[in-house]
Amino acid sequence: MKKTISVLSLFLAVAGLSSLTACASDSLRLAAPNSVVADADNAGLKLPAGFSALKVADGLGRARHIAVTEQGDIYVKLMGRVAEGKAVLRLRDTNGDGKAEEITGMGNYGGTGIAIKNGYLYASSDEEVFRYKLNEKGEVISPMQPEKIITGLINRRQHESKSITLDNDGNIYVNIGAYSNSCQERDRQPGSLGRMPCPILDSAGGIWQFRADKLNQTYGDGIKYATGLRNVVGLDWNNQLNQLFVMQHGRDDLHNIFPSLFTDQQNADLPAETMYALKKGDNAGWPYIYYDPFQNKKMLAPEYGGDGKKEGGKEFIDPVVAFPAHMAPNALLFYTGNMFPAKYRNGAFIAFHGSWNRAPLPQKGYYVAFVPFDANGIPGKWEIFANGFAGVEVVTGTRGAQHRPTGLAQGPDGSLYVSDDSKGTIYRIVYKGK
Amino acid sequence: MVIKKISILPVFILILMAFQTAPKKQLPAKKPVAVASAGITASVNRGKTIYLERCLACHQVDGGGVPHLNPPLDGASGVLGKDKARLISIVLKGFEDRVELDGEYYSNNMAAHADLSDRQIADVLTYIRNSWSNKADAVTATEVKAVRARIK
Repeated sequence: MKKTISVLSLFLAVAGLSSLTACASDSLRLAAPNSVVADADNAGLKLPAGFSALKVADGLGRARHIAVTEQGDIYVKLMGRVAEGKAVLRLRDTNGDGKAEEITGMGNYGGTGIAIKNGYLYASSDEEVFRYKLNEKGEVISPMQPEKIITGLINRRQHESKSITLDNDGNIYVNIGAYSNSCQERDRQPGSLGRMPCPILDSAGGIWQFRADKLNQTYGDGIKYATGLRNVVGLDWNNQLNQLFVMQHGRDDLHNIFPSLFTDQQNADLPAETMYALKKGDNAGWPYIYYDPFQNKKMLAPEYGGDGKKEGGKEFIDPVVAFPAHMAPNALLFYTGNMFPAKYRNGAFIAFHGSWNRAPLPQKGYYVAFVPFDANGIPGKWEIFANGFAGVEVVTGTRGAQHRPTGLAQGPDGSLYVSDDSKGTIYRIVYKGK
Repeated sequence: MVIKKISILPVFILILMAFQTAPKKQLPAKKPVAVASAGITASVNRGKTIYLERCLACHQVDGGGVPHLNPPLDGASGVLGKDKARLISIVLKGFEDRVELDGEYYSNNMAAHADLSDRQIADVLTYIRNSWSNKADAVTATEVKAVRARIK
């Protein structure tokens, strides 16, 4: 079956039906490998010793998630209103210097999710997921005719991104974010209490599993794989453990909604941004609980009778890693490459978009963090890996941040790519050692 | 034309006041324009307290908002414009519509602040219309009262 598909796609490519093919550049690309030149200022980033960085491209627009083919082409998903035929960009380095010389596009739907698996490129709008067959050069064969595999997903403005990842058994996982902060009767209204049970969880606030190869699936065709997740933008399949990992955006506004229970400082420090290792049927507890990284406990949300001291339901799963509050983890990537030193292998990179809900205190995040995972898949202590995206020492108002890390991808040579949805920059981080 | 003059004058007086060491003696206190400017200063100061309490978390300390989530107030046509009734109504009712604001869409919902008094709403709106790069005439408690009566 696989053979038939690849032979067919080769035939289609040779027949010249692939409008994204650029045959002339292929020989050039293959002729000059490993001559990637880092920018003199490492693209403005602060990196651990031995690492350097370059800007592959700049000014692309709202560059959300990214995926890199085995040949090194970068597919970038753009969000919001996109120019005609520019919803998914393909960046190609035609001379091997690391910079993208050729940029082509396809599609007319803004969105966040993009992934490559088993010869297909998957991309999402805020309501649907599409896929495109790739030829053996990693090029989309029919850019104008994607297959719509999932449709009708809920989008009510808030937490609308439909991030995606795939496992090794033909399934695709889609985040459907809750269209609410904490499931109050009136969203973000001071004093408004939580709805019980939270009706949003029927169609959002979790991860849904669908088949990667079936057309026009909607809620009835999918499985609510895990629930009680407010909004997951970063998720990845961990191949070491054969398990889905997600990064949750924790709730906002503890002080604004309950000023008598939480101070500005507590609002800035609570709750943790959390990494979960999910099993089918798990419930992470949103909106009923939030995770306090100082007490290392699940706390009852104030909308449901909590006061910052009462613990929440024990039936909900615990996170495997807790990060500082409000930093907005927008991408998760388990590193399986060989370019970086051994400690990075099987560890997790997380792109933190940067906070806004810490105000009036200074904002945090705007960096890529790293969590090592040992041979048994147990996470260690997290650290900042790449910093300096904001371009300023202290971000007081969020619009002061120049660049905001949003997407992560691993290149065929083990390079780490980072996208920025503020200025539309694509970074490439490489390791040359010592 | 008339409205423009009124809006620029108090700001001009404000700047003058900032350079004066003994403002009370030198100010032509009996002229109506001076009364208006003293009024706007007091209103802006009171409004700032309300801004810090109710608005700053989302609209940020620089009035710049959060890209694509919470709209900016600094430089926003809806804040600076003549349609004060719309601005007052947003504070009273909150905002959950998917509409374009100066060419952008924003995802987050805004809470209603109808528990604030007419005076407090007038003050906070006068503050945001006269902070950062913004310069516009004051919103009065009378104007807030009229809108509140209409939307009830």
